[in-house]
Amino acid sequence: MWRDALLVAAKDLRVEARSRVATNQVAPFAALVLVLFAFALDPDRGVLGRAAAGLFWLAVLFSALLAVQRSFALEAHDDARDGLRLSGLDPAGIFLGKAGAVAAQLAVLELLLTGGIAVLYGSDLRGAVILAVTAVAATVGLAAAGTVYGVIAAGLRVRETLLPLLILPVVAPVLLAATKAWDAGLSGASGEGWPWVRLLAVFATVYVGFGVLAFGALLEET
Amino acid sequence: MTRVLGIVTAALLAVTAVMALVVSPPDAVQGDAVRLLYVHVPTAWVAMYLSFGVTSLASALWLWPRTRRRSWDLLAGASAEIGVVFIALTLAVGSIWGRATWGVWWTWDARLTTTAVLLVLYLGYLALRRVPADPDTRARRSAIAALLAFVDVPIVHQSVVWWRTLHQQASVLEENRLLHPTIHGSMLWTLLIGLTAFTLLYFWLLVHRFRLARVEDEAEDRRLELALAERRAEADVVPA
Repeated sequence: MWRDALLVAAKDLRVEARSRVATNQVAPFAALVLVLFAFALDPDRGVLGRAAAGLFWLAVLFSALLAVQRSFALEAHDDARDGLRLSGLDPAGIFLGKAGAVAAQLAVLELLLTGGIAVLYGSDLRGAVILAVTAVAATVGLAAAGTVYGVIAAGLRVRETLLPLLILPVVAPVLLAATKAWDAGLSGASGEGWPWVRLLAVFATVYVGFGVLAFGALLEET
Repeated sequence: MTRVLGIVTAALLAVTAVMALVVSPPDAVQGDAVRLLYVHVPTAWVAMYLSFGVTSLASALWLWPRTRRRSWDLLAGASAEIGVVFIALTLAVGSIWGRATWGVWWTWDARLTTTAVLLVLYLGYLALRRVPADPDTRARRSAIAALLAFVDVPIVHQSVVWWRTLHQQASVLEENRLLHPTIHGSMLWTLLIGLTAFTLLYFWLLVHRFRLARVEDEAEDRRLELALAERRAEADVVPA
């Protein structure tokens, strides 16, 4: 299972390295979202600084949607999906690989966005430990939940419009918890943030577990 | 049988209306606004526990290979549809009630937020069901989506409870007590009758919606558009 996961993740990341869709489109989009938030909230450092954690995670959420869509758009052409299905790879491994590739791209994106909020919103990056741990747990949760819904929506003609409706309410707890944990980290009160990290860990565990169990059934359908 | 159920439901709803509007006293604090309780609580009960519980159970039964029948899928869809209608009603009535007693249409209380997220989750589920697909594919896809939505609900609830209580405590908790006044006598009876009436209404709607779904399914198989329209007209009796 783990070997299959590595194979699939390596394939997705190789496609990304050659096509540069995430680098050239998703990352600039995320940066643009940060700038647009500043327009919407009036470029007042006070408001932006206080809302920085929430805006950061909202930007990550929107980018995650794009990353998930991209991840399954890769399989849409040339019967790649059938190829994947017939490859003999363990479905749980395929799930972990696809989610892992999405998580890796999101992690890089989060690093860029962290620089973004530090520069644009003037956030102090205190409590680096809790910021990093939160980011890892939230990213795993987002990638797992996103991949499960991504494969549900992948074969549909209405996937672009249906996917946000399916994913966004489900990952609402990630937004809530990650925002609170980052708030605590950015304001230097890391201790208050740890219960939220636990919630993120629960979310990630539930969706990774669900994906491992259900992905085979979801991939089988045409 | 269904007709009897329908008549009993209609009678009980009428009794609830009389009890709620005439017999039960106005609340000491809230005045007549408290009468919204007799709609708000039953619709919430039907939506959150009954409908979505039945949807999840039916989805799980469909996924279990030994109990896999197409009926479970149709039942899950029918129940979720009723649940979405009732949860929207709950939110609407609750919002009106909130305006009357708290002075605001909406507050970011844990219960309200969870309910709103629940509504959107199941709207997504229904949207997924509407995507045309082969029945088995659709059933598998929607059953898994229903269970995913269901496991998400406790997490959402937990997160908004923490979200509210870690920092801000005062206003919301006081307001929350207003939501659950200690109730006595005719108010309690009215509420109990209301709960029974709405529960029966749910089952009556469910039977009809399920039958309709079955008929739709058959018609899809046979591609008899005429028969479809005819049965739809037959099943679409407006509740009294």
